[in-house]
Amino acid sequence: MLKMFYHFGSYFLLLGKVFSRPEKWKIYYRQFLYELNNIGISSLGIVVIISVFMGSVITLQTAYNTESPLLPKYLIGLGCRDSMILEFSSTMVALILAGKVGSNIASELGTMRITEQIDALEIMGINSASYLILPKIVSALFFHPFLTIISILSGIFGGWISVVITRVISVPDFLYGVQYAFNPFFVTYALIKTLFFAFIIITVSSYQGYTVKGGALEVGRASTRAVVYSSINILLFNVILTQLILS
Amino acid sequence: MIRVEHLVKVFDDVTVLEDISCTFEKGKTNLIIGRSGSGKTVLLKCIVGLFEPSDGEIFYRDQSFSKLDFTSKKEIRKKIGMLFQGAALFDSATVEQNVMFPLDMFTEMSHEEKRERANYCLEKVNVVNANHLFPSEISGGMKKRVGLARAIALNPEYLFCDEPNSGLDPQTSILIDQLIKEITEEFQTTTIVNTHDMNSVMGIGEKIVFIHNGRKAWEGNKQDILFSDNKLLNEFIFANQMARELRKARTR
Repeated sequence: MLKMFYHFGSYFLLLGKVFSRPEKWKIYYRQFLYELNNIGISSLGIVVIISVFMGSVITLQTAYNTESPLLPKYLIGLGCRDSMILEFSSTMVALILAGKVGSNIASELGTMRITEQIDALEIMGINSASYLILPKIVSALFFHPFLTIISILSGIFGGWISVVITRVISVPDFLYGVQYAFNPFFVTYALIKTLFFAFIIITVSSYQGYTVKGGALEVGRASTRAVVYSSINILLFNVILTQLILS
Repeated sequence: MIRVEHLVKVFDDVTVLEDISCTFEKGKTNLIIGRSGSGKTVLLKCIVGLFEPSDGEIFYRDQSFSKLDFTSKKEIRKKIGMLFQGAALFDSATVEQNVMFPLDMFTEMSHEEKRERANYCLEKVNVVNANHLFPSEISGGMKKRVGLARAIALNPEYLFCDEPNSGLDPQTSILIDQLIKEITEEFQTTTIVNTHDMNSVMGIGEKIVFIHNGRKAWEGNKQDILFSDNKLLNEFIFANQMARELRKARTR
C-alpha cells in the first residue's frame, strides 16, 4: 500500500518536472513533429485495420442477435455506429494503443535510462523529463482525436463491407441506421475520453520507463507494467468519465 | 577548480561515501582511482549533481553547488562536459547530430556554424567520415571518442570522464587518454577522470585521489604513487605486474 502511494507521489512529481518551461521551443517543436510520426501516424495502420474488423463483427453479431421481426433492420446500422462512437473507437483503440505505444515509450525511455542517455541530458543542464516526455504528451493529445475519428469512420466502413458481402440486411437499411437519430454529443464524449486516455497512456508509460533502475530485464518488466497499468487506468477512467459525462 | 568537503553519500542504510575531502585543480587531469565498487562513480555523480550528497559540500570555484538555486545549477551544468562509461550517445541521432545536440540546445549559432563546430570537435578526437553513422554502427572506441567530442562541443570549463578506457584495447585506451590530456591542457579545463586502469594512472595522472571502501585512502600524483607506503594503495597498484616492474626499475 505504502509502495502504491510512493509511486503515486513520484508520478505527480514527474508530471511537475514535465510541465515546466521548455529550454528552447524550436527543439521541442522538432521533437513534437518526430513524436507525431512516432506515436500518431505510425499507429494509423493498426487502428484502421482493427476498426474495420471491429465494425464488421459488431454489425454481424447485432444482425444475428436481432432477428426478431419486431425490431427494425436499420437498428443494425445504428448499433454499429453508436458502438463504435461510444465505446470501441475510444476505449478499445486506447487499449490497443496502450499496448503498441505504451510499451514502445517505456522501453525507449527505460533503455535511455540504463544507458545513461538521460543522465547525459541532465548533465548538459536539460530538463530531461520535459524534453523527452512533453513532446510525446502534446503529440498524443493532438493526434489521438484524429485516430478516434478515423477509427469511427473505419468501423462504420467495416460494417458496410460486411453487409455488402453477407447481405444480412440490405445496404440502404444499414445506411439508414447509420444516419438515424445521430447525437453529435456522443462524438464529443468519445473525443473527451480519447484525450484522457491519450494522457494516461503517455504519462503512465513514460513514468514506468523514466524511473527504470537496473538492466535489460527491468526494461522489459517496465514495458509490461506500462501496458498493464495504462490499461487498468483506461478502464477505470472509462467508467468514471462515462458516469460524469453521460449521466 | 572543484573542491569537495566532507562528502557523505548514503543509499538507504548503506554508506557508500564517507567524509571525502579533496580538491581538483584547473588545467590538470585529476584522477579518481580505486577498486570496482569502491565508490568512484558515486563520487563523480555527486560532483556532477546526478546524486544529491547526504552530507558535505561541493564547490565549483567558490560556489557551493548544493546551495545554488535551480537556474544557477543549470548555468554551471552548461559548463560541464561528461564522457560516460558507455558513451551515452543518443541512439536515434547520428554521430554529427549527437555532437551538435548541445549546440542546438544552448547556442544561437546557424546550422552551418554548428556543423562546422561539430566537425572541428570530431576531427579533434580523430573521428572522420562517420558523421552520418548511427551509434549502433560504430565501434566502442569510436563511441567514446564521439562522446568526448560531444562533451567538448560547448568548450566546457569542467570535463568529467567515467571509466573512459573500460572495454577498449590498449592502443585505443592510450589514444583516449592522450585526447583527454590534450583537451585539458588546450582548454584549461578542470578534468576529473574515474579509472582503475594503471596505464592511465601512469600516463595522465597529474593529481590522483585513491578511494577505498568509500573513504579517501591516499592523495598524490603519478610520481609519488609508486613509492607510497600506503598499504591499501600498494595492494591496489601492485596487483598489476607492469607497475611492480616499473617500481623495481625506478628503485634501481
